[in-house]
Amino acid sequence: MKKVKHESLLDLAQSLRWEAGENLHDHLVNAIYEDAARIANSSVSKDGKIRKFNWDRFLDRMITSRLTGYPLMILLLGVVFWITISGANVPSGFIASLLIENLHPVLKNFGTQVGLPWWLNGLLFDGIYLASAWVISVMLPPMAIFFPLFTLLEDFGYLPRVSFNLDNLFRKAGAHGKQALTMSMGFGCNAAGVVAARIIDSPRERLIAIITNNFALCNGRWPTQILIATLFIGTLVAPQFGGLAATAAVVSIVMLGIFFTFLSSWLLSRTVLRGEPSTFSLELPPFRPPRFWKTLYTSLIDRTVFVLWRAIVFAMPAGAVIWLVANIHIGSLSIASHIINLFDPFGLLIGLNGVILLAYIIAIPANEIVVPTILMLTVLSLKITGVGEGAGVMFELTNDSAYKTLFNAAGWTTLTAVNLMIFSLVHNPCSTTIYTIYKETRSMKWTIFASVAPVLMGLTLCFFIAQIWRIVAGY
Amino acid sequence: MFREDKCEDCTNQSDIRLKKLGLDMASWDYVVALAGNPNTGKSTVFNHLTGLRQHTGNWPGKTVSRAEGGYSYGGKKYKLVDLPGTYSLLSASTDEEIARNFILFGKPDVTLIVADASRLERNLNLTLQILEITDRAVLCLNLIDEAKRHGILIDDRQLSKELGIPVVPATARYGLGMQKLLQTVREVATGEFQCKPRKIKTISPFLNRALKKLIPVIQAQFPGISNARWIALRLLEGDREVVEAVENGTLGTLEI
Repeated sequence: MKKVKHESLLDLAQSLRWEAGENLHDHLVNAIYEDAARIANSSVSKDGKIRKFNWDRFLDRMITSRLTGYPLMILLLGVVFWITISGANVPSGFIASLLIENLHPVLKNFGTQVGLPWWLNGLLFDGIYLASAWVISVMLPPMAIFFPLFTLLEDFGYLPRVSFNLDNLFRKAGAHGKQALTMSMGFGCNAAGVVAARIIDSPRERLIAIITNNFALCNGRWPTQILIATLFIGTLVAPQFGGLAATAAVVSIVMLGIFFTFLSSWLLSRTVLRGEPSTFSLELPPFRPPRFWKTLYTSLIDRTVFVLWRAIVFAMPAGAVIWLVANIHIGSLSIASHIINLFDPFGLLIGLNGVILLAYIIAIPANEIVVPTILMLTVLSLKITGVGEGAGVMFELTNDSAYKTLFNAAGWTTLTAVNLMIFSLVHNPCSTTIYTIYKETRSMKWTIFASVAPVLMGLTLCFFIAQIWRIVAGY
Repeated sequence: MFREDKCEDCTNQSDIRLKKLGLDMASWDYVVALAGNPNTGKSTVFNHLTGLRQHTGNWPGKTVSRAEGGYSYGGKKYKLVDLPGTYSLLSASTDEEIARNFILFGKPDVTLIVADASRLERNLNLTLQILEITDRAVLCLNLIDEAKRHGILIDDRQLSKELGIPVVPATARYGLGMQKLLQTVREVATGEFQCKPRKIKTISPFLNRALKKLIPVIQAQFPGISNARWIALRLLEGDREVVEAVENGTLGTLEI
């Protein structure tokens, strides 16, 4: 009964549509614009002073110019990483010596004294505690420096300009220009980048933005890049240029990630997600002087601590798993050794090794714990005395050269380091991101595609780099 | 006894102070929607009032979904809903839809429109559209400091007279004008201040005639509906979602 009544209303509206005049939409929009202009005129006045030099306009011209836009972008990126890399070293060592060198033996002793069985003592302090301590010492300093710097750039209004600059490239790749914004968010966290893709209206372009967001290096992977670059790339040159070389390596990886974003967007829009890029308007916001201390505070509390907490939450069970696979023996070897031996031939073929592959499997929940996992697995698979005490334990590694010694002993080469950096950029998204992709796309097919395709890409890439490297190096 | 020595954060009664409630919103007396163009500082106002820390950033499109928080002021509890920024309510893209649906169907007690003072004319486009939908609104003229820096002066009383709603100049980043804003929102929520929102004037006589025929029918079929004129305009334009809401009878009762 009610339904019929409403139908009559709709019919009336339908018939009145003719009476209301043509182009109703345009008519309304015009009416609104006219009114807005009239009101604005009556209440806005200008002080009439002519400003001699308009900083905002000057900055905009520099940042968005064809000539200076890209170099400025790379320079800014470089400066941010350089500050992060050179600033993170000292506090990282300090935290490691505090938590691992000093506190760990104390805890272990305490465990023995209160009469914990050896396995519980080991699981708690060699597994769970150590993994968390690693995560904190490896992640906290670079994040505490990187996030505030990035947030300052964001508050200043730089991100939309990056979007403006990259729009042309994205359009050529058949994708949406706003993808530059979602990519920028991805540099913080891929899950956030995937959610940010909601600003893109066309489903096709949104899907491209979601799938390719993984190529924006997220905060979970920054520490891996920074550490490996410092250890292996920074030491290839004279010590005074170490920081610069490491920075250059990290910036290259970021640029490679951006390149892969374009490449895969282009491939997708030429094959399974065919279509024309849609146009859009993007407002360049005014430059706003960031509130320095407030930004520092919120980015430390909200982003750094939040991300660190998430990493610790994932590191604790991972630590337990690592300790268990390292201490449960099947035959004469531990489970970990069995798996590593199994993975090693394939790992070495693609210029990585069994430890790294196992670490990536253990670290699927969170990219943050890759490096600590690799370190712990390396020690236990090597059974180095003096560096690690018993299986699955390691300490006394409080400076970079000690890490380097350890990796050298495990047979790492520059190729291993380069391929680890590549693989860290091009592999499956973390479990949170995968879940977010599913929530946003509501499609199992695309979620699986977005998760599996990057791993295959990464493995293939590593394989070819390894082969070429070996041909060039002559072994 | 309370000592009241700072005028900025007190009025006559001492219980009128702002209490940031964060996510603690077991119950509330009023719902306030935060709407406005992208990048005008809605999230900054939201954070300031609720004590929450929604991510803020200087780029349009940062807020993509609704965020909710609460505050208490003058003994009443308010639920504040931060909506994604939109330039218009007429086209329906995904993020704009969230904002539009909430103002249209969520029936907020007050819609707090945050506008960029240095780009007033464009911000007024959205303001006028919101005033077509709702009768109770407050305009927060944000980023007044930036406007001044660019030599733009705004007569907020004149603006208030034109729009028929209260206008509060503010610089939310530094918390300026927030006290006045709270007070104004309270006045509109309680009905102390009666808004007489400006409706779009320059419409053709044909359209006017069509509206006059349609509005009474809507009011008859959906008694108690507050924005019949807007619904009529949307129906005449053939707005898919509003047509659907009429079809299944959810118009005016929809809680989202």
